[in-house]
Amino acid sequence: MRTTIDLENLTKTFGDFTAVDSVSLHVDEGEVFGFLGPNGAGKTTTVRMLACLISKTSGRATVGGYEVGNNSDQPKIRGMIGFLPENVGLYEELSAYDNLDFYGRYYKLTLQKRREQIEYFLKMLGLWDKRDDAAGTFSKGMKQKLALARALIHDPKVLFLDEPTANLDPEASKTVRDFILELKKEKRTIFLNTHLLDEAERICDRVAILKTKLIATGSPRDLRHSLSTRRVRVQLELVDDAIVEAVKTLGYQIEEKDSDSLVVVVGNPEKENPDLLKEIQAAGGRVQFVTEVGSSLEDVYLKLVKESE
Amino acid sequence: MDLQSAWSVAAKDFKIFRKKINVIRASIAFPLIFAVLFPTILNYSIHKETSAVAVTVAPTLMDSFSIWFLFVAATIPTAIASYSLVGEKLQKSLEPLLATPMTDGDILLGKSISGLLIPVASIYIGSAIFMALMDHFTQGVLGYLYYPNWHIGIILLVVPLASLMSVEVNIIISARMTDARSAQQLGTLLALPFVGLFLASELKIYPFTNTNLLILAGVLALIDLAFFFVSKATFQREEILTRWK
Repeated sequence: MRTTIDLENLTKTFGDFTAVDSVSLHVDEGEVFGFLGPNGAGKTTTVRMLACLISKTSGRATVGGYEVGNNSDQPKIRGMIGFLPENVGLYEELSAYDNLDFYGRYYKLTLQKRREQIEYFLKMLGLWDKRDDAAGTFSKGMKQKLALARALIHDPKVLFLDEPTANLDPEASKTVRDFILELKKEKRTIFLNTHLLDEAERICDRVAILKTKLIATGSPRDLRHSLSTRRVRVQLELVDDAIVEAVKTLGYQIEEKDSDSLVVVVGNPEKENPDLLKEIQAAGGRVQFVTEVGSSLEDVYLKLVKESE
Repeated sequence: MDLQSAWSVAAKDFKIFRKKINVIRASIAFPLIFAVLFPTILNYSIHKETSAVAVTVAPTLMDSFSIWFLFVAATIPTAIASYSLVGEKLQKSLEPLLATPMTDGDILLGKSISGLLIPVASIYIGSAIFMALMDHFTQGVLGYLYYPNWHIGIILLVVPLASLMSVEVNIIISARMTDARSAQQLGTLLALPFVGLFLASELKIYPFTNTNLLILAGVLALIDLAFFFVSKATFQREEILTRWK
């Protein structure tokens, strides 16, 4: 798979303050990459550097093979990316249609192409009937959708989305998330800044955790598995002392226990579950079902961020 | 710089101004008020004088009144120009705009066009009305049509240069302001040098002869060029995104 975004020791300082410190990562073509981190971690600064909005202090970055910071490459990068800033920055007095139309003009799309693109995206996002309404009259969710359409008006291969669902109600967040998943199907490369871990887990192929420096990179599943303890919940008809003793005798740690279930820390559930269940049954336990207690990405994130402090 | 991109920025501003008529009201109103007010004053004045005096006074008054279009040119673009940039700042619409392939120069040129076109057009329309009314009131006294003449022709050449200076100064001021009204108030101070010039003219220190007006046009063209580079230096993407408050 081709690398679309490549960062090597990318650094940004403002005077004495280091906002982004030696970040190295790559994002492959068609990948949805989540950039996680607390407020002030440097996510927006990184995206602004990649969108050629601000300069880098040192290091190297390329987008679509073009060099960030190279004067002749910068317009090419801006032409091939779509950018959704944290503050959507719509022209509130103008209609939804006009907002998109002017951006179409900024990207030098023909009148015909603009019409097609605007109709396609407004219909896709359920805003077609509101096309003549001023953007200022829209709800936050509608504005966010309109800003997403604006970022896509020129059919960019790479999308930078900075907190696309921040401050949205659950329904609007879901609409935006679903739309991002639709874009994923179109094989666009999406670089998603977010502090919503649930969102990252649902949408992203891989994530990076940033706190000025890069703390970890990987798929949400890999991060969960490599950085947290795996546990299984064994649902039984009844939990008694004999069963507890049998589990402990095998060397497992019981994390939670109640009258009909046990949460057991198991290093490798795929390999060890059969023996564990055999022992529980031998102790008289009647197993109803077994499920893995997922460590959420949030657990991993909090652990990593805390460790980095 | 790309004229098509710059025009897109200006066209967007024009569309917004159509929705925010209060922003352009002053730009349209003042030239039209002067266009009617001055001929009315002149008409009243010359009919109080004997025809011999009126023949001497009328051209002098008409030349003095026409100079007011220069003050108007230097002041009225401030409302539009300050709104155009501070408005973008307040709506936070500059960041997505800066992420497009347009250069800083394209955006600035677009802002200059949108700040310039309405005031200059309304001054030209106002001056056409002014000339028509003046001729209507003075033809009988003078025995000929005073307008059009070289004097007002040169003034109308200086008008866009004065307006452009006003727009550029406003771009520079707006970079430091968050409030369109404050930017506007500071921008109107630009009228002071022109008031000074008017006084100098009335005191015969620097009379607004055709030659002196052409010299003024040349000086303004140089100032415009210098201010364009200053405004370009002020309008830096990184500055806008990280320091503009």
